[in-house]
Amino acid sequence: MVTDKNAAGTAATTEETGDHEMKSNVFTYAPAPESRSIVDIKASYGLFVNGEFVDGAGKAFKTINPATEEVLAEVAEADEADVDRAVKAARRAYDRVWSKLSGRERAKYLYRIARIIQERSRELAVLESIDNGKPIKESRDVDVPIVAAHFFYYAGWADKLEYSGYGGGNPQPLGVAGQIIPWNFPLLMLAWKIAPALACGNTVVLKPAETTPLTALLFAEICQQADLPPGVVNIITGAGETGRALVSHPDVDKVAFTGSTDVGKAIARAVAGTEKKMTLELGGKAANIVFDDAPIDQAVEGIVDGIFFNQGHVCCAGSRLLVQESVADELLERLKRRMATLRVGDPLDKNTDIGAINSAEQLERIRELSAVGDAEGAERWSPPGDLPQHGFWFPPTIFTGVSQAHRIAREEIFGPVLSVLTFRTPAEAVEKANNTPYGLSAGVWTDKGSRILKIANELRAGVVWANTFNKFDPTSPFGGYKESGHGREGGRHGLEGYLK
Amino acid sequence: MNAAPSARIDVRKTYKLYIGGAFPRSESGHSYAVHDTKGAFVANAALASRKDARDAVTAARKAFPGWSGRTAYNRAQILYRVAEVMEDRRPQFLEAVRQSEGLSAARAEKAVDEAIDRLVWYAGWADKITQVVGNANPVAGPFFNLSTAEPTGVVAVLAPQTSSLLGLIHVVAPAVVTGNTAVVVSSYERPLPAVTFAEVLATSDVPGGVVNILTGSAATIGPWLASHMDVNGIDLTGIAGDTDLATALEVAAADNLKRVRRPPTAEPDWTLDPGTGPMTAFLETKTVWHPIGV
Repeated sequence: MVTDKNAAGTAATTEETGDHEMKSNVFTYAPAPESRSIVDIKASYGLFVNGEFVDGAGKAFKTINPATEEVLAEVAEADEADVDRAVKAARRAYDRVWSKLSGRERAKYLYRIARIIQERSRELAVLESIDNGKPIKESRDVDVPIVAAHFFYYAGWADKLEYSGYGGGNPQPLGVAGQIIPWNFPLLMLAWKIAPALACGNTVVLKPAETTPLTALLFAEICQQADLPPGVVNIITGAGETGRALVSHPDVDKVAFTGSTDVGKAIARAVAGTEKKMTLELGGKAANIVFDDAPIDQAVEGIVDGIFFNQGHVCCAGSRLLVQESVADELLERLKRRMATLRVGDPLDKNTDIGAINSAEQLERIRELSAVGDAEGAERWSPPGDLPQHGFWFPPTIFTGVSQAHRIAREEIFGPVLSVLTFRTPAEAVEKANNTPYGLSAGVWTDKGSRILKIANELRAGVVWANTFNKFDPTSPFGGYKESGHGREGGRHGLEGYLK
Repeated sequence: MNAAPSARIDVRKTYKLYIGGAFPRSESGHSYAVHDTKGAFVANAALASRKDARDAVTAARKAFPGWSGRTAYNRAQILYRVAEVMEDRRPQFLEAVRQSEGLSAARAEKAVDEAIDRLVWYAGWADKITQVVGNANPVAGPFFNLSTAEPTGVVAVLAPQTSSLLGLIHVVAPAVVTGNTAVVVSSYERPLPAVTFAEVLATSDVPGGVVNILTGSAATIGPWLASHMDVNGIDLTGIAGDTDLATALEVAAADNLKRVRRPPTAEPDWTLDPGTGPMTAFLETKTVWHPIGV
């Protein structure tokens, strides 16, 4: 059995000729598709309000499988009145039940939910991959396990909040939280939002993204199985208008949003002048800095994890590679070899490294910005290989010869596209890394400990991965500086946004 | 030969802005008359303009790497030094506060003492706040993972209108003790204690640009600071009670997602313990990961 890392090692030793044709035989894999029979997708879905599925008054929309363009289900759209009903249900549940429950009892509901997620993990992973397009090995090994862990972690906080350091020793919930999540990690973002909110004693109205509503609706069933009191969690589906209605609802005490910086700014304007508390997790254009003394094979793996994980649909993706000039050629050669081994295709195939782009709209944006990269004079490279005929696909791509002024070095592409820049000195690396309105994450690769700590200190980013990248854990706070957002999610810090 | 006047004519002070460690007049050439609480003329104060605000932001940005890069111990010592120099200038502050706020001698003393003591309290926070708000995170894998607090950057501070010195300390000290640099708009009607405070800053090892003090109107200068793309945070305490202006500034602040400290409905009792909130409002959490054993 050849694992990914061994495969890369083999490539490095047998690839003396640089002949990709020869190598492709070595890496021919028989398809190993995960069965989708475990999921039962209904023809249509309603809104989950007050513990029940109900019709929405808006215009129903379709959610599709981005790998095949097959219509999966029709989903209700919540209009303003539906949003109001959901907020009222959450308020009622807050007033009558959830705020009266002790932390110890709230914790047990969250532990139940964590356990049911573990029990139904395969089903959740398959459904996530079908609706989102992400490879099953990521939904199965990353998303769903962290979702369960997140509920488990915050369950334990529910009866220990007075030790959290927030709320002056007597922390209190805020009330009703309105939460809006993106399509890149549908279930994981749901967990990041709902688990701390409930642990702190709030009730929630959550809106999943319009292209990925299915796992949130399955989560609603999980809430029913856990006998969570009706109205504590409400899931409303819809697009921007539904989200706007939720954010601006006067009886919402807290707005939590993960998504684009533009929408984040609109939300910040909408809550201005209110008492609403707000957390925002927005865009990024992270620098991944590789010094000449870095362990180069590890760095290559980290670069690949950084930009090709989840098709690059990651706000903290390492989308700008800053490599020290003296090792740039060698590093790029090895990176290209490694990229040639990445398998793009069926998200449900257990061998797949890169799945489908989530939507036609996102694919269009990736194509457009990549075309701008070409037009501005950067050099594009992708490994040879065919993409599937149907669905939305984009090959792993790097642009070299990128300058800081190029749009592909400044704007978030949110796809499997890496912009490569070089530097000579550590000061120049930091200067370039920080030269962005974003500040979500950054990476640094070097064998010198004191350099890691110095660079980590100087980077203006909320998460710094040193000699690693794209690692997530429920205990570890996540969130950005500058225009990457407000507040932190995860860890003890993640409680602050849900307490007063 | 003219007869000499029988009494000495006093040398009056010109009250100026404090930007980048220097004391310029407003580039606009405007000033405004400052009166005591009984309506008697005291002095002309510089009326800060949009350009002054922008110059102050430039100075604050320039000072940020140096100030945030100092050790917390050093920042603590410098803030403590400011308190020492204030103590030394106590009579001057008493007079300024009495004149500005119309307080009795006893109440003016209480306000000045409280301001100095509060500054000493904040000085001590410099090397403790990170220990209180940061932590190690026990991630489920072989990684070192540490969350620490870092300053947000350049913070615009609209200082309280009523409490001209004590209130000022309550908004300036928490912003800068953690490593931010600040552009402060003083009380409009009571700006003189802020100018005297600037003179203390200039003589107590605070690097130029770390605190910049503009005298003038928060309603005029506030919008420029709230919409300035190189300002990272804004404290709206000074417009307590003006909800329309506060909303407008919060909307403007969204352009680059500034951290906004919303104003209270009315000026609080400044003798109360403020807690850590005024500091954490302008702190970021940075989390660093590193593999263990690889």
